[in-house]
Amino acid sequence: MIVALPFAAAGLAMLGFILVCMVRLSIGPTAADRAVALDTINTLVVATMVLLGAAFDLVVLLDVALVYALLSYVGTLYIARYLERGLA
Amino acid sequence: MTGLIYAFLAIGAAFNALGAVALIRFPDVYTRIHGATKCTTFGSIFSILAVAVYGIAHGGGAGGTMAVRAFLALGFLLLTNPTGSHALARAAHRSGIKPFRAVVDRLEEAGHGPRTTDHGRRENG
Amino acid sequence: MRRVAEWATTATLAFVVFLVLASFTGRWGVWAPEELLAGAIIALLVGLATGRLVWARGGWRLLQPHRWLLFLVYLVGPFLYAMTRANLDVAWRVITGRINPGIVRFNPGLRTDFGRTFLANSITLTPGTLTVDVDDGSGDFYVHWINVRDPSPTADAVCGPFPGWARRVAE
Repeated sequence: MIVALPFAAAGLAMLGFILVCMVRLSIGPTAADRAVALDTINTLVVATMVLLGAAFDLVVLLDVALVYALLSYVGTLYIARYLERGLA
Repeated sequence: MTGLIYAFLAIGAAFNALGAVALIRFPDVYTRIHGATKCTTFGSIFSILAVAVYGIAHGGGAGGTMAVRAFLALGFLLLTNPTGSHALARAAHRSGIKPFRAVVDRLEEAGHGPRTTDHGRRENG
Repeated sequence: MRRVAEWATTATLAFVVFLVLASFTGRWGVWAPEELLAGAIIALLVGLATGRLVWARGGWRLLQPHRWLLFLVYLVGPFLYAMTRANLDVAWRVITGRINPGIVRFNPGLRTDFGRTFLANSITLTPGTLTVDVDDGSGDFYVHWINVRDPSPTADAVCGPFPGWARRVAE
């Protein structure tokens, strides 16, 4: 149940920005461009989760956002390493 | 308090939108990293600050937990976002992507330049 | 002795982070006793596993408290100001599309890993610059500059007062 409407509205706007980033994710043109778009989407997802945690009054969502932030960072580093020298 | 929360939410949404637009509009991968990293970090910081202020104003155990975790998320974002974009920029350069219309490229002159791999080539076109 | 100090400080830091994370969740006071026990055990394991890596190249000076105060002053002062300017700069470039990019090299003269990380992150989040590579041996920074005014600039021309702050806070 939504208890704080402004946060829900901001979270919804954030979903719109994620869709805009997905355009870059799908048109590329290089693999690095796609990785950058994915990194941006990760940041936006963390912000969205925090906002929705406040909107629905669920502290669990903030915990998920913390874990997501750290894991997506590791994922970005791994993708960067792969772009540098393949799966080694 | 309410005014502050609204102001932070508006600033956060505006700069996140700017980051998404920069990602679409800039011409090459380095400038896209510029726009996307700076703007989404700044926007996310303000969005999360709005939640922290809301938690503090809420008070009590639940509000305190919310504020503390929001601040932790803020710290992680501030630390990991520039580092990740730096890794992506270096990977892009090493996989052979040249900066768009660059007037100077000292990194390539220094011999850290592109190694020949398949990953940097344009996939379509 | 040094090994023990390394993992003891790392475990203490991990435990402090856990205390912050778990605050306001207990039945008595702020923390619950079972959670404190679990947190202490996990912090000890983290310290044993990562202690050698954290302090590998001269990070001990970060433990001086006046550096933490300086870091907070830096965050709310020059850093916030530069970051606001950086975002308005990006907004202006998105609208006009006026760029003149290039990758330049300069040497800020930092020696420790923490100092270099601090400066690289600051450069990435401040106007018009993005760290692409750092030479581990010589400490040269390779920076993608969106508006190149000088092909071989000094550290001051690219990032203003930040090398000084990096030296004061993290080195």
